[in-house]
Amino acid sequence: MNTVAIALNVNGTSHHAEVDPRVSLVDFLRDELGLTGTHIGCEQGVCGSCTVLIDGTSVLSCLMLAVQAQGAEISTVESLSNGEAMHPLQEAFWEKQGLQCGFCTPGILMRAKEILDANPNPTADEIREGIAGNLCRCTGYQFIVESVLDAAERQTANA
Amino acid sequence: MTAPAVREHTKETNWVGKSIRRIEDPKFLRGKGGYIADRPLPGMLHVAMVKSPYAHARIVSIDTSDAEALPGVRAVITGARAAELCDPLPDFGPDPASHTWRVLAVDKVRYVGEGVVAVVAESRYIAEDGASLVSVDYEDLPTINDPEEASKEGSPLVHDPLGTNVAYERKFQFGDVDAAFAEADVVVEDRLHWRRSGSQPLEPVGATASFDSGTGQMTIWENSLTFTSYLFMLAGTLKVPSNKLDVIPVPAGGSFGSKLWAVKPAAIAGMCSRVVGVPVQYMEDRHDALTNNDHQGSDRIYYVELAAKNDGTLLGLRLRTIEDYGAYIQFGVGHHGNALAQVTGPYRIRAVEYELQAVLTNKNQQGAYRGFGSEVNNWMLERMVDLLARELSMDRRDIRRMNFIGPDQFPYFIPTGNVYDSGDYEPVLDTALELGRWDHWQAEKVKARDDGRYIGVGLVSCQERSVFSATEFWFWFDEPGAPVTSMPESVTLDIDALGNITATLYSCAFWGNSPETMTAQLVAEEFDVDPSSVNVVYAGSGQGLPATGPGGSRFTVMIAGAIEGASAKIKEKAFAIAAHLLEADAGDLEWVDNGIQVKGSPDARKTLGEVAIMAHLFKHSLPEEIESGLEASKVFDHPYTTMPSDDRSDLGVFYPFMGHACHVCVVEVDPDTGSVEFLDYAAVHDCGTMVNPRSLEGHMIGGTAQGIGTTLHEEFVYDDDGNFQSGTFFNYLIPTSMDVPEIKCGHHETASPYTPYGIKGGGEGGRMMAPGAIFSAIDDALEPFGIRMRVLPATPERIAAAIEEAGG
Repeated sequence: MNTVAIALNVNGTSHHAEVDPRVSLVDFLRDELGLTGTHIGCEQGVCGSCTVLIDGTSVLSCLMLAVQAQGAEISTVESLSNGEAMHPLQEAFWEKQGLQCGFCTPGILMRAKEILDANPNPTADEIREGIAGNLCRCTGYQFIVESVLDAAERQTANA
Repeated sequence: MTAPAVREHTKETNWVGKSIRRIEDPKFLRGKGGYIADRPLPGMLHVAMVKSPYAHARIVSIDTSDAEALPGVRAVITGARAAELCDPLPDFGPDPASHTWRVLAVDKVRYVGEGVVAVVAESRYIAEDGASLVSVDYEDLPTINDPEEASKEGSPLVHDPLGTNVAYERKFQFGDVDAAFAEADVVVEDRLHWRRSGSQPLEPVGATASFDSGTGQMTIWENSLTFTSYLFMLAGTLKVPSNKLDVIPVPAGGSFGSKLWAVKPAAIAGMCSRVVGVPVQYMEDRHDALTNNDHQGSDRIYYVELAAKNDGTLLGLRLRTIEDYGAYIQFGVGHHGNALAQVTGPYRIRAVEYELQAVLTNKNQQGAYRGFGSEVNNWMLERMVDLLARELSMDRRDIRRMNFIGPDQFPYFIPTGNVYDSGDYEPVLDTALELGRWDHWQAEKVKARDDGRYIGVGLVSCQERSVFSATEFWFWFDEPGAPVTSMPESVTLDIDALGNITATLYSCAFWGNSPETMTAQLVAEEFDVDPSSVNVVYAGSGQGLPATGPGGSRFTVMIAGAIEGASAKIKEKAFAIAAHLLEADAGDLEWVDNGIQVKGSPDARKTLGEVAIMAHLFKHSLPEEIESGLEASKVFDHPYTTMPSDDRSDLGVFYPFMGHACHVCVVEVDPDTGSVEFLDYAAVHDCGTMVNPRSLEGHMIGGTAQGIGTTLHEEFVYDDDGNFQSGTFFNYLIPTSMDVPEIKCGHHETASPYTPYGIKGGGEGGRMMAPGAIFSAIDDALEPFGIRMRVLPATPERIAAAIEEAGG
């Protein structure tokens, strides 16, 4: 098997790896780095469960090859909490029950982080439109929208 | 058994009824959920499935040599080999020997996507490579796709040994149907067609198996564990002794029914592990889940007549229904048991004729999907009530209101013999009309029409049955093969030396429902502890007590009964210990705030912790007969089951705890494109006493969102040749955040007289109500065209076509 050497930073840690060029980024994160918080829902680029941030921008890690992440700074759901302390988004999702099965949640949290990074005080409609690329089969989205609104309030209060 | 004792529910609760944060959530929020794909075992191999590209074809030959030669491939198992390794899969269908369901197809394939060859390799990538190298020669056979054609004599057969494609048919009469129709002033009739969709949780089914040839032990981790008393059947499939199979549940990324009794993935993983001698994981990918997961939803045609008086009084229902089950029929016609549990809705309808024909075709088979077939009945019945209202020029609210079972008529036996334990329907309707702003939208509708816009207001009043019993599996037959009557749920409560409590559950780990939160709140209620202090764990089936799991909105009611029973046993022992320590008579003691004290003397008191440490560590300070430790288990059997009559004119009580809901929704239909936009949506549910209102509301909203998908967007499409057209989320459209409106929720709480705290199940309701409400709104919007939608889903194409046909 021909492999390709890549170097990338994931959640603040530098990694050097030899990867099969056909391996998707999500499989690399999960299988090679053990970061199983990023989930595989469809592998068709539709559901958004595998959303991670690359250099601050959300991407579907099932549609990207690991070799394409050469030199990238990647953030996954595992980066959100600070030790035992949860991120305001995680606190808000817990408080508002913004999850049921939790499978889409890491992708939605990362997309929500991107939304709030760009706009600390979005409206409910902006959040609803903002998460339209992330499917959730459990919640009907309403408590997710409420959670992101609540997280925005928490972050504004802490700022 | 007759009705259980009536409970009064007079005690104030501290934790039942509180919207506490869920116990389950922190690990999921941190990305540490531990789903099945997150748990590789050392040396574990992976499976890819070679699936049939044909709807119906004979397997002529299979060449696996290229796949076997690929480095990294460790086993290639054909259907013929699998049939040697495994017995048929457990099948509760009418005649399993004649429609045999196997781990992989043998001799012929019966639907696009059916598994033909399993390839086991060091990675999923290599397994997929190997699968692409397997060469299968097929001889195409005629496709059987239309259930009404398939049922005719001379149709090609899905299963030759069955000799027909009709797997089951029977006509039931409940009450005096002829008399009801003879008395009628008006009979409305229609043909309605509910086409198939499915739950498609974001995480498909997966199983990891490890067979130990040294001990003969087969251990399977799966994102499902249900019906543990029946797992001997899976052991039979895998040819291991029933006491050498241990199925261990892991959290599931959603189910909505699709992980109920998910035996095929477990059997595939188990079979492969036994062949290669190391752990093997079979994880369905999305294509597997869409084509081959054995859990497609109802696909049902109705020919229905509703008889009534001119004043709107409902009299009788006569229906013939044809259900397209697909290529196999694993749960028999249980979907119609669910329908018969509430076939007459919230109305006083005294007679029902129910003629059922279950037909096999070249599609993936049905399984469970939120409602389990009762949601289809709700939709049908509400469609007919709307039609009658239109026929009699009656208000849709009035015709429902006048036919409601009254609050003083419970317990109410419907013609099928099932009981509705309790209910109070008018307040639910009133709240929904107010929340949904019925009057406001009626005015807006009229104004909009002047502007050439089509707004419609929809309304349904429907039932939500909960907590099925075992008779539903066999009352279809005069001479059932296995007339079983047990369907319990169990718990073990263990109080350690410091008074900390661990609850062990014995079914499904977690499906996205809240088993740990429910358990913690109910235990907290019993022992006056904080729910966050209760540790909830899951046992595998190997060490387990009997458990049924969360299907049919069972879990909360049943676990409440189990916790109540186990707590009573623990308290009895704790009282005996406290009586000894306090030198008092146990009868003079009372439980107060996490402790036991002498009535009237609060200073003479032992806390639960003080009792627990004595129970665990000070045997010789206690009476001889008291064993060390402080734990108890309870197997809680179904609390209200009665037997069917011999002639099946009465099916007995089999689904007794009856929730109710009213949905009011407002849509605007674009007559050019046929698209439907929501302007308002109100959902008011009565699921008895609520344990955690916020989590129940999450189910109501989430279920309604699924109902919206079912009603407007989602369909598993098989073309005329049986080719599957819905193999990705690009063409199987589950709702996005932009497709679901804000849902305004309301609650009523009519406590069940027969369950702890008066709880009823409430997990399925949203999806059981939304389809009828949305159809009612669409018809109302399109009333100027005289249109009535009869096929679900009402896709934009179908709506636009109906308008065009009506000359719009």
